[in-house]
Amino acid sequence: MSFGPQDIAHLPGGAMLLISFILLHRRRVVAAIDAFALQGAMLALAAAWQGWVQGAPQLYLVALIEAGAKAVVFPIALRRLSRRSGEQPVAEATGGVGLGLAAGIALVGLAVLLVQPIGAAGRIVTREDLVPALSILLLGLLLMVLRRDAVLQLVGLMSLESGAILAAVSLADMPLVPLLSTAGLMLLGVVLAGAFFRDGGRFVPDGEGG
Amino acid sequence: MLLSSLPLPWLLVLLPWAGAVVLAALPSARIAAMANIGVSAVALALALLLFWQPQGGQGWLQLDALNLPLLALSFIIGLAAAVFSGGAAAEGCARAWHGGFQLFMGAQALALLSESMGVAWLALVIATIAGALMVASQRTAPAVQAAWKFLLLCGTGIGLALFGTVLLQLAAQPLGAGLSWATLRGLAEQCDPAALSLSFVFLLAGYGSLAGLVPLHSWLPDVEAEGPLAMPALLSGLLPNAALLTVLRAKAVLGANPEAVAPGIFLLALGLASVLLAALALWQRGRAKRLFAWASIGQIGLAAFAFGLGGPAANMAGLLLLLGHALGKGAAAFGIGHAEQVKGRQGIAEMGGLCASHPGLGWALAFAIAALAGMPPFALFAGLFLLLTELAARGAWLLLPLGLGLLGMIAAMVTAMQELCLAGTGAEVPRRRGGWTRAQAMALGPPWLLLVLALLLGVALPGPLAALLAEAARIPG
Repeated sequence: MSFGPQDIAHLPGGAMLLISFILLHRRRVVAAIDAFALQGAMLALAAAWQGWVQGAPQLYLVALIEAGAKAVVFPIALRRLSRRSGEQPVAEATGGVGLGLAAGIALVGLAVLLVQPIGAAGRIVTREDLVPALSILLLGLLLMVLRRDAVLQLVGLMSLESGAILAAVSLADMPLVPLLSTAGLMLLGVVLAGAFFRDGGRFVPDGEGG
Repeated sequence: MLLSSLPLPWLLVLLPWAGAVVLAALPSARIAAMANIGVSAVALALALLLFWQPQGGQGWLQLDALNLPLLALSFIIGLAAAVFSGGAAAEGCARAWHGGFQLFMGAQALALLSESMGVAWLALVIATIAGALMVASQRTAPAVQAAWKFLLLCGTGIGLALFGTVLLQLAAQPLGAGLSWATLRGLAEQCDPAALSLSFVFLLAGYGSLAGLVPLHSWLPDVEAEGPLAMPALLSGLLPNAALLTVLRAKAVLGANPEAVAPGIFLLALGLASVLLAALALWQRGRAKRLFAWASIGQIGLAAFAFGLGGPAANMAGLLLLLGHALGKGAAAFGIGHAEQVKGRQGIAEMGGLCASHPGLGWALAFAIAALAGMPPFALFAGLFLLLTELAARGAWLLLPLGLGLLGMIAAMVTAMQELCLAGTGAEVPRRRGGWTRAQAMALGPPWLLLVLALLLGVALPGPLAALLAEAARIPG
């Protein structure tokens, strides 16, 4: 049984999946934002490691962009948004945390079932990369459905996009990845800016918001 | 010769984007509105020149029978919307509106012309951002809320579509195929069928949200109700075409692999669900703009259903439904937008009796509703007739649910037409003698022009255009 660089590449993906469950579990908004920042850092690590394994320098750029946006800029902005919008520090979860976690486990099972036939052609590595990516995407979707808090819905959307980017960086020779990653982050940035403008249709300067 | 050497497809993308930069910088709303009309007119002229340019690829872009009629249509609607919004009273932030308008036009053209599924995804991301900018340009709390909802739902769709794009690339990875549609279609038979099948589910769910298909459709009524008056013609008239065209290109790839799941069944299911939901929702009597949003959800659902049925005849019906919907929707959006301005009301009951009080507007709106409902002799009816004929021959059991949904939609639209246009009297409004003023011409010219085009497509489809549509109908498979 051998253990190679590609196996290490599964570690950040697995960590991201674990953090997706933490996001489902955390009811405190600030704690969820911190977990999301860690997930962003893991995504950057996954992209950088894949860049080294695949010999694809453009993935280092993706790692840099994702780290800057999802581990630093977005979490800071989400914290400010949470403070300004005056949302409850403890978010309401539809159906309770336990039900959310159970649904999350079911979705991971679904991801395994959906991806299983793809590896049949002999590319087992692909399947192992794809299961965490699809699971993270589905758990992000679940977070958006279960949480009514705008900040956590945004975290869900960003986590969903992280799953898609994880799949893109894991796939050798995937073209346009830096462009796709930048465009995805641009869209998330606009959604985030839109959340700032939501309150009364105008940007609420620091200190004025509830 | 000179024409074939011009990079017209690129110009169609770059001209609106250059226009967006200039328009966003112009301080005068009045000058910006006129410049917006100018840019739209030049873009339309360029789009029409494409009919004389040889089909084929130009780097990341390609011109074929499938995107050519949709491109021409989109720039016709674009010019009509620019003229209408130029004549309407200033709403919200003009810089954001005009900049977003041209950014959107360039992005939807890029999505239609794209030869790479990665570029199509990028284009639809830009179109979504531009759409949100247009909606939020109203600067009212409900408009900003609607823009945020649009971004959240379509952002979800875009995330799902990105995953579908990665899966499609994964299916073709051992063959060394890139993201080019033509290469993928050529190698589809050797692609991993399981990855192909899964990719289509994600692409349909993702781009379906941008097209306004159930279940990620709920942004459409809010955005139309709260956005600027001319905006529905763009966001529900053109964005669904670009999104559905991308789905059709993926369907063509999947259709070329006999081991992959039949993609039509998913389109049939989402299309039918959209029609049935719209048939129920159309009976809600509130703001008129919401009614037209639901009509769009239903009609786009019908087009998706036709493409799901597949084959040249059903695909032709789907294309006619897309063309007819965009024209009818544009006319209805401009009509109801002007009605809101002249009546100062937004509810269907409050605006009633338009034919009596404002005949030019009332009759334009009545015909637009008829065109949008799929009544003869407009283009939507031609598509509907073709779809029902084909369905009767190939899947008669589906006629019952589709027919029920269709009847519900048409009955609701005709009832709305009665209330809005034909009921009541206009005795209290003094009639003005003489022709239209400049403002009236800019408000009423676009809907009447689009109605004439919808009529021509319905009763006298020109031979070359019919041949082009027939060629286009063979592409999705």
